[in-house]
Amino acid sequence: MSADKIQQTPLADLHVELGAKMIPFAGWNMPVQYTSIMDEHAAVRQAVGIFDISHMGQFFLSGAGAEEWLNTILANDAKKLAIGEAQYTFMLNEQGGVIDDLIIYRFGDDQIFLVVNASMIDVDFAWLNKHLVDGLTLTNESDAWAAMAVQGPDAVACYAKLFPGRTLPKRNGIDTWEENGEKCIVCRTGYTGEDGFEFFSSAESGSTWFKKFVDAGAKPCGLGARDTLRLEVCYPLNGSDLSPERTPLQAGLGFFCALDTDFIGVDVLRKQKEEGLIERLVAIKYTGKGPPPRAHYGVFTKDGEQLSELSSGAMSPSLKEGVAMTYLPVDSAKIGTLVDIDVRGRRYEAKVVKKPFYKKD
Amino acid sequence: MSVPENFRYTSDHEWVLLEGEVATVGITHHAQDELTDIVFVELPEVGRECETEEAIAVVESVKAASDIFAPVAGEIVEANGELESDPALVNTDPHAKGWIFKIKVSDPAEVAALMDAAAYSEFIGA
Repeated sequence: MSADKIQQTPLADLHVELGAKMIPFAGWNMPVQYTSIMDEHAAVRQAVGIFDISHMGQFFLSGAGAEEWLNTILANDAKKLAIGEAQYTFMLNEQGGVIDDLIIYRFGDDQIFLVVNASMIDVDFAWLNKHLVDGLTLTNESDAWAAMAVQGPDAVACYAKLFPGRTLPKRNGIDTWEENGEKCIVCRTGYTGEDGFEFFSSAESGSTWFKKFVDAGAKPCGLGARDTLRLEVCYPLNGSDLSPERTPLQAGLGFFCALDTDFIGVDVLRKQKEEGLIERLVAIKYTGKGPPPRAHYGVFTKDGEQLSELSSGAMSPSLKEGVAMTYLPVDSAKIGTLVDIDVRGRRYEAKVVKKPFYKKD
Repeated sequence: MSVPENFRYTSDHEWVLLEGEVATVGITHHAQDELTDIVFVELPEVGRECETEEAIAVVESVKAASDIFAPVAGEIVEANGELESDPALVNTDPHAKGWIFKIKVSDPAEVAALMDAAAYSEFIGA
């Protein structure tokens, strides 16, 4: 877990074998693409793709009162989570800023599986441990697991080919079982806006499973497509669209915060809700042609006053238009507001639009 | 990988084809293969005078923006407007329809000093 050394997922050799271009991401050596980001993006929108997500962290929490304790640490209401279901939630600092966004899965009474962002494994684990109470056990099993996301309209068919006897759980549902004496976990969740699932196996079996999904029709996809897919449906990326300086309410994700529970940071969120927000994360889209908008490009009023910088941006492969997200003051955040994006000293007009950019027909 | 014989090449992976005093410039097959998915080309202004190695255009893939340099000193006399509507020509036909600009060369000796096809092939390990 040292931060100075680049880490390899259990699938790293397989990626190279499959022709991937590897790049460092969040301290991990990861595939950015195999053939082309455009092709991989299209495969997920139209058929099915598979992503290595083994770099993400896996924690297990158990013990009487696990859900009650999570409600003091995480923003969503863990007590509303039924057995066999997943929930999107946030870990916040005392100022209500986002430390991490994560998904928690409830296997059984007082049995919780947490999946966190790769760059935040150590930070999250330390934060949870710092607040952990007697009677609860928290383990970081990130190195023991391989994880892959199979996403796209044909993901269900792909699953059926590998597991003819099993039914995929419903949206946000989970299932666990054993294959050849090894535990498998499947969750009907994802980060692409498509139907699909995330599959967890032992690190040792990861490559075998990945290859089986590829043989069943899933196209290997890299982080490049993962980023354009999630941006088209306005899913936030922690460290870009979410930050320790901004709350989930500002990010437009208040739906995932149970303000009637007492988690760290809740006071700030309640106050924001009462007093109103000063700025909000919005979706903006070019009104004409232009170079791909990218994170950190400046955002200006039509009068030339700087408002913010882009938190994310890309040339949308589905829409062939420049799409981006940025935090804007609320009076500039209304749908239809025109702004300018600065690209290498030239200004390109963009308009605040409704989220998401891309919607399934 | 295709490295046409009659072209000259730079270490920035641009090709140069000199005809008379005007050189046509683009990025190599190897470069487009590395970049993949070109989605935007920012062309140089016609009439612009530029020094050798001056950044005068930008080629953008989904993932990154890359500068394009003047391979030699001279004046930009034409830019490939086709790329504004079809930037993917740089991927599909890098050595012909995907040309980026034409430059009136100040000193033809500068072009002659660039890598030939054999040297460039060796440079990219092809």
